[in-house]
Amino acid sequence: MKVTQEKCGCCCGTNEMELLLCVKEMIAQYKGKEGSLIQALHTAQKIYGHLPLEVQRVVAEELEVPLATVSGVVTFYSFFSTQPQGEHTIRVCLGTACYVRGGKRIVDKLREILNVNVGDTTEDRKFTFEIARCIGACGLAPAMTIDGEVYKQVNPDKLETILARYYQEEQGVDGNDN
Amino acid sequence: MIELTINGKKVTAPDDVTIIEAARLNDINVPNLCYLKDKHKFGACRICVVDVEGQKNLQASCMVKAKEGMVIHTNNKRVREARKVLYELLLSNHPKECLTCSRSQSCELQELGYTLGVTESRIEGAQSPAEVDIAPSITRDTSKCILCRRCVTVCKEIQGVAAIDTQNRGFDSTISPAMGLPLNEVNCAMCGQCTVVCPTGALTETDGIQRVWDALADSSKRVVVEVAPAVRAALGEEFGLEVGTLVTGKMASAFRELGFDDIFDTNFTADLTIIEEGSEFLQRLHSALTGGDAVLPMMTSCSPGWIKYIEHSYPEELDHLSTCKSPHTMLGALVKSYYAEKIGVDPKDMFVVSVMPCTAKKYEVQRPEMMVDGNVDVDVVLTTRELARMIKSAGIDFKSLPDSEFENPLGFSTGAADIFGVTGGVMEAALRTVWELITGKELPFDKLHVAPIVGLEQIKTAEVTIEGTLPGYRHLEGVTAKVAVTSGLEGARILMEEVKNGTSPYHFIEVMGCPGGCINGGGQPRSKDEDYRTKRMEALYREDEGKELRKSHESPAVQELYQEYLKEPLGHLSHKLLHTHYTKRDKY
Repeated sequence: MKVTQEKCGCCCGTNEMELLLCVKEMIAQYKGKEGSLIQALHTAQKIYGHLPLEVQRVVAEELEVPLATVSGVVTFYSFFSTQPQGEHTIRVCLGTACYVRGGKRIVDKLREILNVNVGDTTEDRKFTFEIARCIGACGLAPAMTIDGEVYKQVNPDKLETILARYYQEEQGVDGNDN
Repeated sequence: MIELTINGKKVTAPDDVTIIEAARLNDINVPNLCYLKDKHKFGACRICVVDVEGQKNLQASCMVKAKEGMVIHTNNKRVREARKVLYELLLSNHPKECLTCSRSQSCELQELGYTLGVTESRIEGAQSPAEVDIAPSITRDTSKCILCRRCVTVCKEIQGVAAIDTQNRGFDSTISPAMGLPLNEVNCAMCGQCTVVCPTGALTETDGIQRVWDALADSSKRVVVEVAPAVRAALGEEFGLEVGTLVTGKMASAFRELGFDDIFDTNFTADLTIIEEGSEFLQRLHSALTGGDAVLPMMTSCSPGWIKYIEHSYPEELDHLSTCKSPHTMLGALVKSYYAEKIGVDPKDMFVVSVMPCTAKKYEVQRPEMMVDGNVDVDVVLTTRELARMIKSAGIDFKSLPDSEFENPLGFSTGAADIFGVTGGVMEAALRTVWELITGKELPFDKLHVAPIVGLEQIKTAEVTIEGTLPGYRHLEGVTAKVAVTSGLEGARILMEEVKNGTSPYHFIEVMGCPGGCINGGGQPRSKDEDYRTKRMEALYREDEGKELRKSHESPAVQELYQEYLKEPLGHLSHKLLHTHYTKRDKY
């Protein structure tokens, strides 16, 4: 929850009730604005970390959008998660170019190293492992991102070295390059 | 008007219609599946594709507008083959359980396969995740869903409830409440309009038939049946009779053939409702006009889908609801008290079956409020569709049944009760009685029909200025009573917003949960007739006009019940048996 607190502009605390209140406060600006559901959900996810049912309820009530519609949008877009997220988010691109250049091998290897399925978070809450549908870096295929930073022409055999950096950081300065 | 060519024929069509509509207007049917005229255009299934000359791809005729000079082929080789493949792809992800599916022979997907000439299932593939959710009213089986989204449109746009929507993406897409919650845990009104439009067995009423067969086979049970007004105007359709045929007499005979011990009519308690609800209204009006704290407008409470909707959406406004139970639960309560006493049977040995045009009533009878002295008012609710299936399954030749009558003491009704099944009917029935009570004269409308509130419009209003009041009602002299009638929950929302904001000008509002009222209830036959609502409505008005007595307070049976048992409207026994309270629920 450390990361979320940094990203939230208000003076909220860290327990769930306070975070929900914070979500409510921060998305109030979108009320009555058509087409702002996705922005509101992004805001909510930044504050709460993920979008479980209780957060979706707050969004639905605040924006006066049916809960089933909110949930429909949350479960449609891969950038929204209903599960708690890891400290770092890995997204392997499986857009056409990356797929052809071996994106699938990166996915298989990561599944093996992290011991989780796509969409899940590692037991130590370090990494959330997701798939992206084209990140617009086709020239760098196969590509992946970790917390938005693009890794180009990823060699599956070098994945362990890449991930190791994120464990090392912990001993150094708090927070990451984002 | 535009001119175009369809299948080599020069035809004309109005501007601004889609190709499928233009074709239909020229007697050409384009096979389709997800399309629902005037209700749902989504282009989900693509079955209605046609070949438009000059266009590279086939066009979904339900989505593309017909244009001047278009040359269209709805039945060439390319189109026929494409439709077949599209159908086979749908079929590859559909359980082939037709023989045991409750929609067998009434399934649009099944029918379409025949129409398209599909005789084999060539494509094998993965199956979408299946989930069976059995709510008190509605059973959802996602494995049978073809993602046509008709249910979503009906729930969201026509009913304004939006309990369900598309969840997830691509092959994992399902139609479901938020986060896969069961229907019973969300704001579903249980109106069942989704079960009327679902083309397959994905959304159906939750089965009540088995429990009824079991009760009929149990010699220790006295099995009582009662039937709502709207059923008699629609049941015949299930047996191939013309839409709008009244089958009241045949239906009573069918109940007898099925082996029910007592054949009563929910109409009886519709008349009774008018006495109770009318008295409640006069009491509220009196209180409001003399500085009391009565809440107005009063709103009708016969429609359990509407009740569940207001409980979720406007939990702070429940005081506006009449405290009257719905007529069929009133009848159940009377069967297990008044009638049980009369015939000397322990209420625990009585089993009440209600045949309703409604799915929400299946949910309603499971509410803890619908119980007196530990006995549920009604044991099982069957929909009109379910009754038809029981009749067929019992081998009864419905069409050749003779007419027969309901039984006494709970089978008599006036014409006012018949129109309870159509939007505006409850209000009209109430006005017929209330007006006469306070003025001593007949309601001043042609044939007793309050014309401004007759018809299928979403919201109808009327006002009458009260003149010539009888002693005891002088406080009402010169008062202009304003009433509103709506059907469908979106209409209810519009009127409730006014109530919530304190701007509602009305004294009395009738709400029926389904568009058009019970004639179009979630448990009614799925009609292909474009004017089925009008035809069923006319049937009920015909039934009303055919009766000698057309005002609830004139019912000798109801009068006798008060004399013998209830003593007075809104009295102690009425409150115990016929009135209820409501429950605040969360919005989602």
